[in-house]
Amino acid sequence: MGKLPLTPKGEQKIVLINITKKDMIKGNIPDETKLNSPLGVGGSLKINIERSMLTSEGNSLLKVDLEIANNELLCLFGHSGAGKTTLLRILAGLFTPDRGFISFNGEVWYDSAKNINLPPQQRNVGFVFQDYALFPNMTVRKNIEFAQKTNDADEVNSLLSHFGLEALQKQYPAKLSGGQKQRVALARALAAKPNLLLLDEPLSALDYEMRLSLQDEILKAHKLLNSQTLLVSHDKEEVLKLADTVVMLRNGAVINQGKPINIFT
Amino acid sequence: MVNEKMVNDSDFINTLLLTGKLAGWTTAILFVLGLPIAYVLSYKRFWFKSLVEALISMPMVLPPTVLGFYMLVAYSPQDAFGSFLEKYLDVRLAFSFEGVLLASLVFSLPFMIQPLQNGLTAIPVSLREAAYTLGKSKTETFFKVLIPNMIPSIVTALAMTFAHCIGEFGVVIMVGGNMSGETRVASIAIYDEVQALNYDVANQYSLVLFIISLVILTVIYSMNGKTAPNP
Repeated sequence: MGKLPLTPKGEQKIVLINITKKDMIKGNIPDETKLNSPLGVGGSLKINIERSMLTSEGNSLLKVDLEIANNELLCLFGHSGAGKTTLLRILAGLFTPDRGFISFNGEVWYDSAKNINLPPQQRNVGFVFQDYALFPNMTVRKNIEFAQKTNDADEVNSLLSHFGLEALQKQYPAKLSGGQKQRVALARALAAKPNLLLLDEPLSALDYEMRLSLQDEILKAHKLLNSQTLLVSHDKEEVLKLADTVVMLRNGAVINQGKPINIFT
Repeated sequence: MVNEKMVNDSDFINTLLLTGKLAGWTTAILFVLGLPIAYVLSYKRFWFKSLVEALISMPMVLPPTVLGFYMLVAYSPQDAFGSFLEKYLDVRLAFSFEGVLLASLVFSLPFMIQPLQNGLTAIPVSLREAAYTLGKSKTETFFKVLIPNMIPSIVTALAMTFAHCIGEFGVVIMVGGNMSGETRVASIAIYDEVQALNYDVANQYSLVLFIISLVILTVIYSMNGKTAPNP
């Protein structure tokens, strides 16, 4: 692993490298991108939780035991009510499991036996919501600045540039299209330099063309983060294009997991 | 004749100033108290929440004289509350501005709480959650995300409370009576002047209250129209 570039303040800094659409095809990302992407701290994510769920088909139990390696883009795949979003929200600290254990890079986020449950503020995850959840009272730029732990205008400029948002930086979210909102949501999630990126069906509200375009943006965000990305999807094409690993959920249980090409063929 | 006119003008202005003072203090105090109450009622679950909501809304359905009567009884030195205030704080609330203010706070509570609560519950949950996942505390989220996104509700709450307060009659006359410069607000002055057949003066008071109420409601509708969500 190469040494990360530092700012004059000694902080890690985003380094932008042009990645073409072709590069985005899995396994064809320039090595220097990985080396210079300093956003995520990396580390293993261990999940072993249970939580009862109420779905349209009645009560079910979400029971997941997973270990997700660093730099992995994992897709949670399954029908509505399978527990995909619930799992994502549990990881973010927005839901509490009934019992179990979650740790990231050795830090315990949740341990029912020891009564440990870090709030979302202390987990430092980047969460992209289905409805984007951009703050309506803030411009595109302010949305990104708000996410920063310490103000860094250069880094905001880099993110705006990277996601093609420079011309929109003074616009308010209400004026943006769905695709533009999605790009702002990704940039904002990365601005917080999260431990991992959680994407809850981020493309579900978009048309086919826009989905294809934003799949590239998601790969871009994942490579910039240099840590785990968990993506909820029920689109096989999307999973095949984006995911290193797919975990199939049905009624709260993991029924299959592995490389998408092996799972879907 | 000139002196009598001057006295009347002075009474008129003092009554309006007292009305504004009562409405202003009521609105300011209720805004400070109302924000945390509305937050708790919007986002917290507890078993007696419906009872609290019902109690806060009671002034909207209860005759003002009923509330005024209970407040007057509570202020009495024979009552535990009134006795406590007089014995330990040397305060008598009956027929005083402070007593009217306290009654006004109770009576105007739903006009502040309900718009604030509606404003908070209308904000998508994901905005709060997004702020939390970005590391923002509940306090920072409240002031930087929630408050700026409920400005029309805040304006409505402030304006409705103020407007309702300047028009309040029943509670004020029950707990405050009709003491010039202390508890005689505009709505009571109108009643008083009509009883004395001074219709011109009653008309002056009524016109001022009418114009203030119209301006306040126009501001509310104007703000809500401007901030209507884009289709």
